[in-house]
Formats: sequence, C-alpha cells, structure tokens
Amino acid sequence: MQERTYDVAVIGGGAAGMAAAVEVRRQGLSCAIVERENQLGGILMQCIHNGFGVQEFKQELSGPEFAEEFMDLVADANTDVFLSTTVDSIEESEHGKELFCSPGTRPAGVFTAGLAQRLVNVEGYIPGKNVVIVGSGDIGLIMARRMTWVGAKVHGVVEIQPYPAGLTRNIVQCLNDFKIPLYLSHVVSRIDGQNRVEKVTVSPLVNGIPDEEQSFEIPCDTLLLSVGLVPENELSENAGVDISPITSGAVVDSTMMTSIPGIFSCGNVLHVHDLADYAAEEARRTGAYAVAWIQNKKPNRQVRIKAGANVRYVSPGMINPESPDKMYLRTLIVKNNAQLVMKVNNTIVKEKKLSHVQPSEMVSVKLTPKDVENWTLEPDSILEVSVQ
Amino acid sequence: MSAAETKEMICISCPIGCRMTVYEENGSIVVKGNKCGRGKVYGEEEYLAPKRMVTCTVATDSEEFPRLPVRTTASIPKETIDELLQELYSMKITLPVKRGSSLIENYHDTGVDIIATMTLPGRA
Ligand SMILES: Cc1cc2nc3c(=O)[nH]c(=O)nc-3n(C[C@H](O)[C@H](O)[C@H](O)COP(=O)(O)OP(=O)(O)OC[C@H]3O[C@@H](n4cnc5c(N)ncnc54)[C@H](O)[C@@H]3O)c2cc1C
Ligand code: SF4
Repeated sequence: MQERTYDVAVIGGGAAGMAAAVEVRRQGLSCAIVERENQLGGILMQCIHNGFGVQEFKQELSGPEFAEEFMDLVADANTDVFLSTTVDSIEESEHGKELFCSPGTRPAGVFTAGLAQRLVNVEGYIPGKNVVIVGSGDIGLIMARRMTWVGAKVHGVVEIQPYPAGLTRNIVQCLNDFKIPLYLSHVVSRIDGQNRVEKVTVSPLVNGIPDEEQSFEIPCDTLLLSVGLVPENELSENAGVDISPITSGAVVDSTMMTSIPGIFSCGNVLHVHDLADYAAEEARRTGAYAVAWIQNKKPNRQVRIKAGANVRYVSPGMINPESPDKMYLRTLIVKNNAQLVMKVNNTIVKEKKLSHVQPSEMVSVKLTPKDVENWTLEPDSILEVSVQ
Repeated sequence: MSAAETKEMICISCPIGCRMTVYEENGSIVVKGNKCGRGKVYGEEEYLAPKRMVTCTVATDSEEFPRLPVRTTASIPKETIDELLQELYSMKITLPVKRGSSLIENYHDTGVDIIATMTLPGRA
C-alpha cells in the first residue's frame, strides 16, 4: 500500500471534483483527485445530450465534451489523478455522486431512468421496446427521446404533480416532438407481469385520490422511474458529517465546510444541481475556501441563512457578512414575476425580481459587499430568504 | 409544409415558457401569446422549418468502450432526423477516436457534420 500526502484530496472526479481541483492547483497547493470509475467525468459521461457549458465555456456542449474540457484543465494544472480507486472511509475531504431513489423491488423491466441512460449510452444495451416513464424529471424526459431514437415506443410519462418536474425545453423537445403524452396529476396505481412487466394501470388523481373509474391500462415491457435525484452521502455520514434532512447533503457554513473541520462539500453530493456549470462554479469556490482554510484564513463572523416562505432550501446555510458570496436556492412554487426578499431581523435588506421560478430550476443569488453594508447584526441575527 | 395550419407551441427561448399560437395569414406568419420578440423569432422558425440538434451513440469495435457518443455540429431539419439515426446505427467505428473528429461530413449538403463527442482509446 502506498501513502501520499497532499494539501487537498478531492474525492470524486465529476464536474465538481475537477473544478475544485483545478482551483486548488491554480492557487499553488498540491492536490489529488480520487475517482472510483476508470475515467474522470462522473455522471457527465452518460449524459450524451447537449445543454452543458453555456456558462463555463460559452458554448453548448454535450456532457462528455464538457467533461473533456475539464479533463484538459486538470491535466494542464498537473493534478494527480487516481482512477479506479474508491475512497472507503474518510480521513480527508469529501465529494460525491448521485443516487436514484427507486421505490421497492419489482418484476424485471423496472429501471431507474439513470440506470437506463447508462445502459443505452455507455453499454449499448436497449432495456425494452414498450416504455412507460414514471415521474417527469429531466432524466426521464431525456430518456423518452433517447428510447424513441433507438426504436422503442414510449407510451407516456406519468407525473403525480399538476406540473412537470423537468425543464420546459425538455417537455417540448423530448415529449411534444414525438407526441408522447404527459399525464399530469396521474399515478401508476398497478404494475402487472410475472417475470417481466406486462402492463401498468394509470389513474388520474381526483381530490388527491386515484380514481379507479377513470383508470386506464398501458401494455408495456419497461418502466423507467424518474422521480428525482438525492445526494448519496454514505461516505460523509460515516465520517460523522451533519446531514441536512431537506437536501440530504451535508450542512455547510459560508466557506462550504461541513461540521467536521477540514472536510468541505460541493456539487451533487451537497445538493442536486440541474446544471453542471453551477456545480463547477460552486466547486471552484469550494476549492478556494479549502485553500484559505489551510492558510488559516477563517471568517470572523457567520450569519445563519433560513429558508423562508416558498423556499425549500438555501445552500450554503451561512453567510460571511464581511465577504458575502453566491448562494443557490430552490423554490417550492411555480410563478412568473416573482420577488426574492431577504430579511435580517425582520428588516428587508435586499429584493430581486425573478422573471420565472419553478422547483426544477435552481435560482442563484449573489450578495455583494454593498448589499450587506447597512445590515445591523445582533448576535442572534438570521438572514431569511423568501420568494413571493 | 402545408400552409394555413395553426400550431400550438411553447417557446423555449427562456424559462418563462410562453404558450403561443402560430398561423399564417395573408402570406405572413402570425405569432400570438409571446411576451417578447425572441418568442416571435422562435415561433416563426418552429412553424416554417423546425430544427433540432441530434445526439446519439454509435457502435465501436471495442469491448471496453462499446458506444461512442456523437452529435450534429448544428441543428438539422426535424424531418431528416430519422434517416440520420438509421445511418448512425448502421456504422461501426474503429477506435481510437478523438473528440471533435467528423464521422460524417456535410450531411446531405446541410453543411452540418456529425462529430465524436468523446475521446476513446484504442486497444492497449
Ligand atoms: C440525466 C441528467 C441530465 C443532465 N442534464 C444536464 C444538462 O443538460 N446541462 C447541465 O448543465 N447539467 C445537466 N445535468 C447536471 C449535471 O450533469 C450534474 O449536476 C453535474 O455533472 C454533477 O457533477 P458532480 O461532480 O457534482 O457529480 P458526479 O458527476 O456524480 O461526480 C461524482 C464522482 O464521484 C465519484 N465517487 C463517488 N463516491 C466515490 C468514492 N467513495 N471514491 C471515489 N470516487 C467516488 C463518482 O464515481 C463520480 O465520478 C444532468 C444530470 C443528469 C443526471
Ligand atoms: S416569448 Fe419571450 S418571454 Fe416568452 S418564453 Fe419566449 S423568450 Fe421567454
């Protein structure tokens, strides 16, 4: 067994891990990336569709292209990379990957949309011919188009909510283009099949209850579940890091540091990002904070951030009033012409117009030193962020 | 494309997603429901000649990396997508391949190439 010493160790070489490592190297500290797969890139390598890099590289790339742009930066920065190496426990820092939560076990033919994406795009295996998708998350929508393009028939997407979970662009280009029906306020109430799925029963929700009268059957051999991503956090949990019940990611302070000093968290292991560009941006800041921590530069004061009305969460959970920074939040509502309101001690300190909000689109807000100039902070002050 | 047809569509030029109705009247295209000018541009193009980017994978001769992801360098007319997919599925690429290299040049005189979007190594 070898032993190596680095200022910073990055666990996981996805978009976030690579961006963090490049920033640490740029500031002159030593850094290694440890990645359990045989290549860098993480989830990007199976996301062959385009829509990546508009912010980071000012052009629209596919996932693997976005990843390779970062791989080049990693190589240029002389970062050590250990591939096919899994971190089993932490004595250093942490970063990670996504888990698809799938309800229970079922007959063959039930896949998470993420697994199906990997099977089709990486392994070239087509999981079925007649497909129903449960949940309208982006991966499910993208897989609806992908499965159609490989010759399968997608019979519908069933969404329990009255509005789609994925981006409008994906509704248009992945469903409407192929006339794939989207059943909003519907549930899959029954799955039939002995060894393999044979049909599902779809029921509309009437007053929140599946209505049997109006139910209909769809024959199919494959069911793809796209019911949302949750950070996978076994590693951080085992290390004793505090986990937020809302994001299922670590609780971090204004410097992206977890409850264990010296362990920082960013990317999809912290909270699920819908854009790789955001994950990379957040990771770059995290890399810089890790460097500052090593150099003993710590914030004098931190103010806790609270998710107010219509906000599911704000990440990070604290702000340094002497050097305010970016934060990301997710709303609980769909609304045009919404207003973001920030309050300290019940006084409004900042307002911002948001032309459109929806839960599937992360909102980014940057506080400037000017914004915080006039705050009067008490020892127990909290910054409350809400959307109206 | 048959004229005098009315199309319902959602503008995807920004996250607001205006629902629009587009039709032809007296030789010009009318777009209704758009909140801004970008919606009109989108609506007209979607009505007359809808185009899409295509991303897909093709088979390789490698066991370790059996699929190579590829994409079009620009959007192509929607009605040509199926034919392109058939062509791509019938190909088999010999590795190694470099990201950005063209598999098909100037597809059907559209000026659009089909390029590899991943660098894959050959047999070690
Ligand atoms: C289907 C889908 C479609 C998407 N579409 C878009 C889009 O169109 N545009 C866009 O910008 N974004 C899109 N995204 C979002 C974007 O891809 C992700 O937010 C981003 O890539 C996440 O990067 P990450 O580095 O945080 O996580 P990951 O890519 O998950 O990287 C984590 C890495 O850590 C490694 N790892 C985990 N545990 C260990 C361990 N113990 N030891 C060693 N290594 C470990 C994993 O192998 C993995 O490589 C999409 C995501 C998905 C899933
Ligand atoms: S019409 Fe304008 S405001 Fe409406 S979705 Fe399109 S770009 Fe956005």
